[in-house]
Amino acid sequence: MYLTKEEELILAGEYGYALQKAMEILVALGEIYNADRLIPIKSAQVAGVSYKNIGDAGIEFLKDFVDSGAKVSVYTTLNPAGIGDELFMEKQREILELYKAMGIEITSTCTPYYGANLPKFGDHIAWSESSAVIFANSIIGARTNREGGPSSLAAAIVGKTPNYGLHLEENRKATVIVEVNAKLKDFADYSFLGYYLGKALKNDIPYFKNLKSEKTDYLKELGASMAATGSIALYHVEGETPEYKHAIADKLERIEVDGKELEEVKEKFNAEWGEIDAIVIGCPHASIQEVKEVAEILKMREKPLKVPLLITASRAVKALADALGYSEVIERYNGKIIADSCLIVSPVEKWYGGIATNSGKASFYFSSAGLKVRLENTEKLLLDAP
Amino acid sequence: MKLKGRKITKGKARGVALVSKKPLSFLGGVDPKTGIVKDIESDIKGESIKDKILVFPRGKGSTVGSYVIYQLKKNGVAPKAIIVEEAETIVATGAIIAEIPMVDKIDISKIKNGQIVEVDADKGEVTIEE
Repeated sequence: MYLTKEEELILAGEYGYALQKAMEILVALGEIYNADRLIPIKSAQVAGVSYKNIGDAGIEFLKDFVDSGAKVSVYTTLNPAGIGDELFMEKQREILELYKAMGIEITSTCTPYYGANLPKFGDHIAWSESSAVIFANSIIGARTNREGGPSSLAAAIVGKTPNYGLHLEENRKATVIVEVNAKLKDFADYSFLGYYLGKALKNDIPYFKNLKSEKTDYLKELGASMAATGSIALYHVEGETPEYKHAIADKLERIEVDGKELEEVKEKFNAEWGEIDAIVIGCPHASIQEVKEVAEILKMREKPLKVPLLITASRAVKALADALGYSEVIERYNGKIIADSCLIVSPVEKWYGGIATNSGKASFYFSSAGLKVRLENTEKLLLDAP
Repeated sequence: MKLKGRKITKGKARGVALVSKKPLSFLGGVDPKTGIVKDIESDIKGESIKDKILVFPRGKGSTVGSYVIYQLKKNGVAPKAIIVEEAETIVATGAIIAEIPMVDKIDISKIKNGQIVEVDADKGEVTIEE
């Protein structure tokens, strides 16, 4: 891989330990994946935030990195943090402080694009949250690989990433056509579709036909579910997403999805209300439109919910919901908006036996953690709940 | 016997080979305090990777595995070197931040458990002592 004179100097340690280590990581990845050079990035989004995930190993590394003067050189935001007991929260705060010391904005969300970290079409970025990666690539048309926590941090510090994978035009073409014959009506239907396709397609780049979605939220959920059950990082929707016109190069394999596949997913997650301890909405973190929808549905109920409703969102969306009065409505019905966090990265199996949600991604992770799961559409979820 | 591969992380080391035929996950797969492999699916379960030349096809699992490799080093239970068939992000990043010599593109079926192996990562070379 070609390196500029300055990059060579960084690699040789002329600018200190932290930059050197970060550059070593980027160069090694560039060599492994045959990148020709490093390219500048506009922003980074770093995973490896929850104490549940990175543990003491991660804290130790971050501490040593901060002590050696690590600082990010591009706008960088964080993945959601965990929630837990007192000891857990102490460790969690320590992790956030370490990231803050590196100059990272410690707004911890899987939807940085609802806040200040909003790339534009064609921007090269280094993001690591899988649902944010697929959103940025597919819906915005920015370019990022699925980074790991340490590699996105390295890219944030150097301000560059190796030029390979989805940074290259030729790797962004569709690899399979997905013809959707089922009628998709609501949020949960996109969850079912994403959940099914992630497993079926693994790391393909699907090109959707017959998918006319008016709502970005639905596409966000489709992508998040595919990225959770598979390792899909980019998809195209005919007539909808910014790169679809140039997405088909060769004769492609074509698969069809009808109602049957989606029903099968639905059947998997049909826990009874009696087994449910909480309702979770906001995976990926809810947009202000989703929060508004929840508030409006709740108003149709006669009584507050018996089981608590937890809505996860970014700080920006929570602040907006507070200002617009939606939070107050939600609280009246036994709901709460939780900012900066995520139940998937928290020790949720210690608190609950069953969760109801509208998210395919959340369903996948909660059931892997051994919880019973009910997956259905927002409206049905909130009106049917006891 | 000399095998030619590719440098991932610089450095040299010599030690006893511990060979896994299956991919290895560090997060949840290796105890960061003791260096003992605890992944129930692993064919080297129960073995200690401490001071070994750790040989396996490739990494798998969470990218947090990189930090586990770092912690193994800090706890003094890291392998002396890592040899893989195919380097990927998790193990490569871990080896870099933990400063463990690492080489990839090696046919690991040529290396047997317990053999003395010398790794010259700078040259991308692995020498198996007869």
